[in-house]
Amino acid sequence: MLTWSFNLLNHKMFSRARSPVFYFNSFLQQVGEVGLLFFQTFKNLFKKPWEKSIFIQQLEEIGVRSLPVVSLTAAFGGLVFGLQTYLGFHRYIGPGSETYGGPIISLGLSKELIPILVGLMVSGRVGSAMAAEIGTMKITEQIDALFSLGADPTRYLVVPRTLASLIMLPCLTIYGDIIGMAAGFFYNTYLMGVNRVLYIRNTLLYMELWDIMSGLIKSAVFGVIIALIGCWQGLRTEGGAEGVGRATTRTVVIASILILIVNFFLSKALPADI
Amino acid sequence: MICVVDLHKSFGPKKVLQGVNLGLKHGETLVIIGQSGCGKSVLLKHMIGLLKPDKGKILVDGVDITNLRNDELHKITRRFGMLFQGSALFDSMTVGQNVSFGLERYTDFSQEEIKELVKDSLAKVGLIGIENLMPYELSGGMKKRVGLARAIAYRPDIILYDEPSTGIDPIRADAINDLVIRMKEELKVATIIITHDMVSAYKVADRIGMLYAGQIIEMGSPEEIKNSDNQVVQQFIHGRAEGPIKNW
Repeated sequence: MLTWSFNLLNHKMFSRARSPVFYFNSFLQQVGEVGLLFFQTFKNLFKKPWEKSIFIQQLEEIGVRSLPVVSLTAAFGGLVFGLQTYLGFHRYIGPGSETYGGPIISLGLSKELIPILVGLMVSGRVGSAMAAEIGTMKITEQIDALFSLGADPTRYLVVPRTLASLIMLPCLTIYGDIIGMAAGFFYNTYLMGVNRVLYIRNTLLYMELWDIMSGLIKSAVFGVIIALIGCWQGLRTEGGAEGVGRATTRTVVIASILILIVNFFLSKALPADI
Repeated sequence: MICVVDLHKSFGPKKVLQGVNLGLKHGETLVIIGQSGCGKSVLLKHMIGLLKPDKGKILVDGVDITNLRNDELHKITRRFGMLFQGSALFDSMTVGQNVSFGLERYTDFSQEEIKELVKDSLAKVGLIGIENLMPYELSGGMKKRVGLARAIAYRPDIILYDEPSTGIDPIRADAINDLVIRMKEELKVATIIITHDMVSAYKVADRIGMLYAGQIIEMGSPEEIKNSDNQVVQQFIHGRAEGPIKNW
């Protein structure tokens, strides 16, 4: 009995083991699939009929309904960033220097922290929902039905979601910037007694419009990543409810990793100031 | 009207279709029978361009649809209406929006005209006043009928049914069979039905074709199929576990 179980275990383990070449080919295939979907989405962006009602619905879903979660994460991100900046200035430069925390907080939030937080939150909330919705449509033949009724699934499902995500992520980032900066200001000036006038003066003196703009460019790219990955995973869903669950998990994991990787390269590529 | 020529399709190492040949005439009802998983639905999905064959042609009034771009394909497939196995109603839309979906894309009718056609299509399948219900509020049989109303709303020439009687009780299944016959008579459409329900097949078919091992192995009238010498056909139509079909 024990030998039989061991043989079975061995068989299962090794029959599932694949060569590195298999994984590399599979990776290349998946990159190709996403690239093709991006190309098709771009091509369909300018073709009629435009799915206005779905686009507006997605603007609400991605933008308006993400406001509570973005408010919370931006507020606590701003508070903790304010806390650490205050401690840093107070400890290493000395009392009175904390007013210089304003531009540091604003710069860090608008260029890095808020776009990433918004990207991660939206990929968890909206990207997974896109994968689940489209994945369910796929396994219940609704996507086949769309095609049979003359609607191109890319034009009908992917284009409005990608466009709405491209527009709403920068909007959420501006909103998150305001909340985060306000939280940092609140922590430093109201809780720690830093001079408000100097805090604001230093922020306005050292902060540049480009700092905010570069964060918005990043978040627009993150928006496209989230929508494309969510739709791609949804469209390749197979195998019933389990497949839908797998698609949503993969969407969050792939989109989050991509956001962090792309963020680094964008930070390197975008100029520090213009 | 439709001519399938030497159609081949594989999914990975699995060869599903291995040279299917068949034809459908105007106004005819052709029933394709075969075991579950033998490739009946795959064959149907090739006919409306949802799948591309590895080899072979599908001619619709002489035009090969296998290599057309989506825009060109939709001009031809607007002549098709399809009832999917699980109805495939859009669950985020009301019944009315589901039925009007094809009308809004395939026709230039005004909103008022579309509203009338939706009402008329639903009435044709025996449903009245349910335009504002959501699909989750409908029974299995009603979903099938709404799916059929959606398929006939833009008045196609050909209706494709993917296992219309699966998942519903025998009485509702027979009601669906009556609907299939009525649609053919009222709308003068050609019909292809995929099923493994022999009661339905005998009732609605002009011709029956059996798909086995990736090919149409027998084609004929219901009487010819009943009296076929082919042991595979006999095993299938009588639903016997013993016989030449082993891979069940």
